[in-house]
Amino acid sequence: MRFIISPLIFLAALMLAPSPDTAIVFAQHETAADLLDGERAYGTTCVNCHGPNGDVIAGINLLTGQFRRPYTDQELVNIVRTGIPNTAMPPSTMSAEQAAKLVSYLRTSAKTKSTPLVAGDASRGKAVYDSKGACASCHRIDGVGSRVGPDLSRVGQARRTAELELALVDPNADVQPQNRFYRVVLKDGTTVTGRLLGHDTFNVQIIDMKEQLRSFVKADTREHGFIDTPMPSFRTRLTPQELADVVAYLGTLRVSGPGAGPGGPPPSTPQQRGR
Amino acid sequence: MSRRLRFALVVAACAVAVSLQAQVSFERVLQNEKEPQNWLSYSGALDNQRYSRLTQITPANVKNLQLAWVWQNRSLEKFEATPLVVDGVMYTVQPPNDIVALDAATGRPFWTFSHTPAAEGRACCGRVNRGVAILGDTLFMGTLDARLLAVDAKSGQLIWNTQVGDAKAGYSITMSPNVVKDKVIIGTGGGDGPIRGYIAAFDVKTGKELWRFYTIPGPGEPGHETWTGESWKTGGTGVWNAGAYDPETNLIFFGTGNPAPDWDGRTRKGDNLYSDSVVALDVDTGKLKWHYQFTPHDELDYDSTQVPVLANIEWQGKPRKVMLWANRNGVMYVLDRVTGEFLKGKPYVKANWLDGFDAKGRPNRVKFPTAEGTFVQPHVHGATNWAPPSYSPRTGLFYVATWENSASLMVEGQFPRAARPNGRETAMGATTLVPFYNRDDEAYGVIRGYDVKTLDQKWEFKLGDITWGGVLSTATDLVFGGGRDGYFVALDGKTGALLWKGSVGGQINAGAMSYAVNGKQYVSIGAGNSVFTYALP
Repeated sequence: MRFIISPLIFLAALMLAPSPDTAIVFAQHETAADLLDGERAYGTTCVNCHGPNGDVIAGINLLTGQFRRPYTDQELVNIVRTGIPNTAMPPSTMSAEQAAKLVSYLRTSAKTKSTPLVAGDASRGKAVYDSKGACASCHRIDGVGSRVGPDLSRVGQARRTAELELALVDPNADVQPQNRFYRVVLKDGTTVTGRLLGHDTFNVQIIDMKEQLRSFVKADTREHGFIDTPMPSFRTRLTPQELADVVAYLGTLRVSGPGAGPGGPPPSTPQQRGR
Repeated sequence: MSRRLRFALVVAACAVAVSLQAQVSFERVLQNEKEPQNWLSYSGALDNQRYSRLTQITPANVKNLQLAWVWQNRSLEKFEATPLVVDGVMYTVQPPNDIVALDAATGRPFWTFSHTPAAEGRACCGRVNRGVAILGDTLFMGTLDARLLAVDAKSGQLIWNTQVGDAKAGYSITMSPNVVKDKVIIGTGGGDGPIRGYIAAFDVKTGKELWRFYTIPGPGEPGHETWTGESWKTGGTGVWNAGAYDPETNLIFFGTGNPAPDWDGRTRKGDNLYSDSVVALDVDTGKLKWHYQFTPHDELDYDSTQVPVLANIEWQGKPRKVMLWANRNGVMYVLDRVTGEFLKGKPYVKANWLDGFDAKGRPNRVKFPTAEGTFVQPHVHGATNWAPPSYSPRTGLFYVATWENSASLMVEGQFPRAARPNGRETAMGATTLVPFYNRDDEAYGVIRGYDVKTLDQKWEFKLGDITWGGVLSTATDLVFGGGRDGYFVALDGKTGALLWKGSVGGQINAGAMSYAVNGKQYVSIGAGNSVFTYALP
């Protein structure tokens, strides 16, 4: 009897337990918006410890469905909300619904995640970054390179492998808000382009191609607006192996620079993203 | 355009950018008079004169000054930073430790860099910061958790992050750093607690510590004998404000804070060097060249948090390189900055704790704590604090925001009590700096001009509340200042007459500064939680 009763008691406990154990039932099934919400939650919470690819903690790969042991969706929801006692996994303030969306995202990601066809080598990737790719002519890593393009010092912390690969082969496909480029044509015909830092009803601020912080009154311009990123596609410029190498190198760029350590600050915050 | 050509052009454009960077060399900071449109250090120049050479705004047209823009920060802490302006970009600090780059013509932000101080980072008197320093394309900021950060001025990205002091042990930093040549030099706050303060120099490129000068001498060092027992280990003596640099002697000068414990000197008998002093350090080595102690064995928190002001003046008929100092202890000083020689000291507010000086400039103290309380002026908060003064080489006047006619009761071993002359509490006699409105002649905030040749007061402009606001003078003989009652004022630098006022609706706890963009002069002040910037129409 003990064998049978115990699970019953466990089930009863589940049913009587407060909200973290309440099963979440979507009206039909999760929508694309739910998955997007889950992805955002991952990017703001889980990524700090599990990394963009979900594989930073040994033995766990959140985005390929590899956990310490098989979990039901409900168990994962509970873990997200209450953490795992006596481990580094902390509780969160997510509602049951938010956690459920996050779990849906993890499950979907595990089903759809593509496996890179070519394994990259980070040291070769650095060589491509420095020479053939000429990446430092627009990008900066730990103080070396141009400030015009996005700073890549911690890009491996923030972006998944697939995202890095996409940025290399199709750079206009998914431009982060803080990396958009903007063009201003002054009334005398002078054209100034650069990465957008901020804009409002009347003004626009950019860092121009000469790395100058520039501000323009929109009314004083002949035209102004967003433009495609000047980042070229490396789809044919680099071989598949070189692309994989660069992606592998970028993936190694994580918190190890000057901001690391106790009391170390996060990187600068572009104003569009708030604080 | 072919994709290959486009790629080549992009690479070329970005590559060219590296060679076109406008660098703020140390020569630019040092020779600031060549570019008065920029404000490249805390007081505008390393002599700390806080004197703008811009001339567009004059006594005749200042009445037309209008608000050009407001930038609101997102902090409820006191806003004490003086911004820098470099080629149209303003850099200021949102307290406690966020650097913000603003368009100086519109106040619109380019970027924000955020540093969240560790929880143990605390300061005695608010989670404040007084501003950044710049060299090349790098900004430097001290932090509440006693770190020194280097941040890229173009991108707002962190370059290095060095621990200056141990925040858990009570060290903190609120001052603007000093950049001199290839070093960034900063001191540690926290001196109201049991720290042993110091000033240290760091390599601007790497953040590596190059030298350290303890403001309390250790065993075997001259001055160590001015502390009894083990009191030197916890004698405070923090550093709260930017220093001044003299290129001719290669000396950097810092004011030092009070000894700890603040109000009870019984456990630290002696003069307690180098508390309440100015120390002159060789920039290359950090070695002490000279010092002058304003308040030996301080028991009233008369710390020298003021910035040293360097000037070349005519002194008793001869040119002399001097240092001007309106001290918290209520005395104004003229020192020879080459030798440290005491030239003159004169109370500039009611100060009864001394009755004169000996030949070497040591004050003759006449008030001591008693069990029943000794009436002492100025008040425990002093005649002024860290708010920066200004010197105009045109008018020869030293402009100081001060608190007049304040007093405390100095009680042995206790926090000073409110002084109660006339049977009632006097303004600012309370330890909480409450302004007094019942009698105009008791304790008030005031901006004054003093003749540096005589230290005589030439004029004053009384404020309706006390002031923690700094003072700016200009080459058109204007003086800008303000106080806790939320008015930013422009005064005639020769007479003190009020020429213009702007209501900023919040306390002024910062120093005013001036700059120009595209030929237009601006005057800017931090007040409340915002930067208010004014210009002519």
